[in-house]
Amino acid sequence: MNNNYSSPQLWSLVLLRLFIGWHFLFEGLSKFMNPQWSSLGFLRESKWIMSGFAGWVTSSSEVLSVIDFLNTWGLMAIGLGLMLGLFSRPASAFGVILLLMYYLNCPPLTGLEYSLPSDGNYLIINKTLIEALSLFVLFLFPTSHVIGLDLFLHRRKQVKN
Amino acid sequence: MTKNNEPKSGEKMNRPENRNRRTLIKALAGVPLLGLFAYEASKNRSYAREKQNRVLRELGLENFQAPKTQPGLQVKGGNRIRIGFIGFGTRAIQLASGMGFISLEEKELRQTKGRLDSWMMQENLQVEIAGICDVFDPNAKIGMDIAQNGLRVNGKPGTDYPVKRYRSYREMLDDPEIDAVVVATPDHHHARITTDSVKAGKHVYCEKSIALNEDELNEVYQAVKSSGRVFQLGHQITQNVIFQQAKEIIRKNILGKISLIETTSNRNSVNGAWIRHLDADGNPKPGDLNIIDWDQWLGSSPKVPFSIDRFYNWTKFFDYDTGMLGQLFTHEYDAINQLLRIGIPKSAVSSGGIYYWKDNREIPDVLHCVFEYPERELSLLFSATLSSSRPRGRVIMGNDGSMNLGESLEVTADYDSPQFKKQIEAGIIGTSGPMLTVMPGSGEIDAVTSATEKYYASRGLTDTFINGHPVDVTHLHIKEWINCIRNGGTPSDDIEKAYEEGITVLMAHKSYIEKRRVEWDPVLKKII
Repeated sequence: MNNNYSSPQLWSLVLLRLFIGWHFLFEGLSKFMNPQWSSLGFLRESKWIMSGFAGWVTSSSEVLSVIDFLNTWGLMAIGLGLMLGLFSRPASAFGVILLLMYYLNCPPLTGLEYSLPSDGNYLIINKTLIEALSLFVLFLFPTSHVIGLDLFLHRRKQVKN
Repeated sequence: MTKNNEPKSGEKMNRPENRNRRTLIKALAGVPLLGLFAYEASKNRSYAREKQNRVLRELGLENFQAPKTQPGLQVKGGNRIRIGFIGFGTRAIQLASGMGFISLEEKELRQTKGRLDSWMMQENLQVEIAGICDVFDPNAKIGMDIAQNGLRVNGKPGTDYPVKRYRSYREMLDDPEIDAVVVATPDHHHARITTDSVKAGKHVYCEKSIALNEDELNEVYQAVKSSGRVFQLGHQITQNVIFQQAKEIIRKNILGKISLIETTSNRNSVNGAWIRHLDADGNPKPGDLNIIDWDQWLGSSPKVPFSIDRFYNWTKFFDYDTGMLGQLFTHEYDAINQLLRIGIPKSAVSSGGIYYWKDNREIPDVLHCVFEYPERELSLLFSATLSSSRPRGRVIMGNDGSMNLGESLEVTADYDSPQFKKQIEAGIIGTSGPMLTVMPGSGEIDAVTSATEKYYASRGLTDTFINGHPVDVTHLHIKEWINCIRNGGTPSDDIEKAYEEGITVLMAHKSYIEKRRVEWDPVLKKII
């Protein structure tokens, strides 16, 4: 991987990575700090193609607690990875998967109604989907090997080669 | 950015130490932002905590703890108590579960629904279900199966002691192998069986409602009082741990002067309207004189020919209970009496009718009752319908705030509150939503409820939460009774409260039947 970005390209991609990392980290931290948080409420709202999966998760307290654990720590790990630029590519990939899971459980499609109000007005495209796509862009245009801890890993690989 | 600021000399730039320094800066570029994140996150957290503490301080509730554990209710001593069930219908199955016994089919069901674990964590009360009595053979068989072969909270199915089926409750009362009885029959037997049981030296857990007329209420009251046996009326609602918080809020006068309490019961289903003689497929449930001891079932109620309708749908008829008053209002009254100890009202007036369920029922399906407590300077309302499930809550109204008390608790400051005038003006307390929410299971008092939390607070929960685990409130109510049998003490729904509730229900019932306002004469101890 070589850095062929112009400076503005590089820094705007880095900023996007840091901002999304910040968002993930705070989402994870908020869940971690709130002992009563559970994904139960969100999953109960699940409609469309993921509702079967959501039903399976909520039917068992063990599965639910595993999902809650993975969600909380996953969010924090991805957030840290993006902010520090450490394992940023896998972090982006897992982030896309996680966001798509959120999106597919409660997509804003015509005809699907949710009892929890959303924070804006959406039709098919919502902020979760946009964030997922942004992370996918970061996956395709990585920056952590130039700005971030991955730089060390990158260097080591170069030396080896 | 860096290029413009770099010195032009390539030699200086490519010195190894400079290169390393630049590499390090680039590698660690995210760290300062992470530092900023940590600072902002901790600021955010302490802001929320401070805001919550400020509200709690203003309310004088600094030491207010969210319910975590039920105090002082550990089972002491291993002596087994042998319990007999009189009546083994749906409610008895729930009571047996609260006692630590479920059928193997129920075990499978709970396992698939993921609810077996929380039940297995229920405390072992060290009791035996040693006897079953039901005049309906299939029910008695279900009871015998649960008692003999069912799963116990200690994890093993089956028993190592004999379980006996009795043909009549008197037979059970004569048996010295039974220490205590659970009365879960239709309501028209409650008073008589309880009276006979305590006279026979048995402790009694009796489902509501306690009595259908004043004579049997007075008789059961005297019998229990003079027996020294432990009596508990089946109102598990008070075992919900948030009741302690509700009491504390009232004690701290946060609601101000309470002059109106509104209780409601809305439901809208065939089962909820007590039509229960058909199974899920719409076919009649089993029942004929070969498997039902009809004379015993009728007991002291008027002799009528066998009727499958009366047998399953007894709640519809005044011979066997008082309808919504006995079945629903009793819970409402108990909740309020536990909180405020309002006792027997000075007067009661009821109004209602049969407006929706046009079957052969005698009980009204829409009913409203107003109870006056002039000495306490408050009115208690009960309003109920069997043809709308719109939730209307249970609200205690004071001039400084109101409390909605369900499975969760919400206190909302009154817009015109004199007590909170300054805090409302200063914006510390808002009036557009609850200023205080207590949700069982959260382990936290939430004084800054978010939209999501408010939303979930309004949803009902069936269990109370202790140390983060759902616990069946019926279990806690039975446990309290068992503890009092073992260690002495008075359960929360003792005979005094049962008597107050019984009189209050009978006043409203008499008012409905006689279509007039009735009063309580505290000297003669009579409804007039």
